[in-house]
Amino acid sequence: MSVATATEAGVEGLVAPAPPRRAGRHPAVTLALRAIGPVLLLTAWYAATASGALTKDVLAGPQDVVRTFAELWADGQLPEALRVSVTRAGLGLVLGASTGLLLGVLSGFTRLGEELVDSSMQALRAIPFLALTSLFIVWFGIEEASKILLIGVACTFPMYINVSSGVRNVDRKVVEAARSFGLGRLAIAREVVLPGALPSIFAGLRLSTTLSVIALIAAEEINVTAGLGYLMARATDYLRTDILALCVLLYAVIGLAADLALRLAERVTMPWRRAVTIR
Amino acid sequence: MRLAVRARGLRKVFGARAVLDGVDLDVRRGEFLALLGASGTGKTTLLRILAGLDAADGGSVLVPPVRTVVFQEPRLVPSKRALANVIIGQGRAARAKGLAALAEVGLSSHAGAWPATLSGGEAQRVALARALVREPELLLLDEPFAALDALTRLHMQDLIAELCARHRPAVVLVTHDVEEAILLADRIAVLRGGTFVTDVRVGLDRLRDRTDPDFVELRRRLLADLGVDTHAAAAP
Repeated sequence: MSVATATEAGVEGLVAPAPPRRAGRHPAVTLALRAIGPVLLLTAWYAATASGALTKDVLAGPQDVVRTFAELWADGQLPEALRVSVTRAGLGLVLGASTGLLLGVLSGFTRLGEELVDSSMQALRAIPFLALTSLFIVWFGIEEASKILLIGVACTFPMYINVSSGVRNVDRKVVEAARSFGLGRLAIAREVVLPGALPSIFAGLRLSTTLSVIALIAAEEINVTAGLGYLMARATDYLRTDILALCVLLYAVIGLAADLALRLAERVTMPWRRAVTIR
Repeated sequence: MRLAVRARGLRKVFGARAVLDGVDLDVRRGEFLALLGASGTGKTTLLRILAGLDAADGGSVLVPPVRTVVFQEPRLVPSKRALANVIIGQGRAARAKGLAALAEVGLSSHAGAWPATLSGGEAQRVALARALVREPELLLLDEPFAALDALTRLHMQDLIAELCARHRPAVVLVTHDVEEAILLADRIAVLRGGTFVTDVRVGLDRLRDRTDPDFVELRRRLLADLGVDTHAAAAP
């Protein structure tokens, strides 16, 4: 076609624009690319243990860890330990995250709330929660309460910081519009502020979730008779590096699974974010 | 004839609908083209393809290497002052040029202002200065006056006419305002159903008068192309 050849010949001084490429990769390729890192790590681990560079008293190989997992799962020790530990972390997270959410909305949305809450939260935030472990034992005993409260305290602050700043960043113009349509403060908080702050709320929740697992490990150093921490303590006594590696991996899996669930929840609860187009 | 835009057989499909269906377009250097069309006829889509912001689904397009866009909203970076927004990405050496561009749009005294403190018209003038300071060979205007009040819009139209006459870039103005198109453009094209249904040269002198019979006649004709029936023209 003559038009096509004329175009291919080009016009002096003109160039073809280079628009950004959108969503070009096949999902399978993306998945493969994402898998490269973890697969390399696993291979290196296997190679190091199989070649004898890492002996079993230092770190057991992945094949030993898998075998140990099957054994412990079959005799019921692992499901029980997981149940106890995940319950602790979960209860602590719920406690801490809801406290952080409540205080964050209070401090971000109302002037009085900020004046009352913010300074003490900022001061308390400076205390490393690990330093509270012994005090909590004295106050709440060595049973579940002190463990869950410790995890709760750890989870409160990331949630608080993110929520209060997220609430403060909600579009004032939309809030003003809602007020002009007769919505009360509670209704504005529920209909406008909370949905607007959802991205920050999820950011805080994800940080809190990670921290809940860290706090779980600290809490399970206190006189435990059940849970993953208990399993690890016993494995240390017998130098069972396979069980130790397994527990370390399980902590990571718990964190990853929680994060994955939250990312899924983000998609479900914020459908308007997917619909963003530039026009 | 030296060209600033050469597009052949441009296609863009959204879902099952071809918004652009084989569009051919030539714009000469220094030419002011107004693109008219009802909403959803692909005016902005075409402009975004020319700007290199979106890819076409078919066809080819050639544009100058230096081209700038003024969007419907100012799109200023809120964390940069007006002058810094104008010379964004150009380094501090461009300050003098940036100040000159701000002076051209009548905002010398606002160089240090934050975007949030500017009125809609002022912010849009900063966006215009940002587009001009790069000395574009192709200036793309995407309904730059749509969000402004009627009085500010009149001032902005005069300003654009004056600045384009001085700098002579090729201009593609997307608008749905027929009078605006006739006031400013050398040539007017109407998009409908994915192609141009009209492509006319505006044979009026500069300093156009809205009450000039030729103006009124052209306006009536363009509105008819857009599917609007004007009874006013039938009266005389």
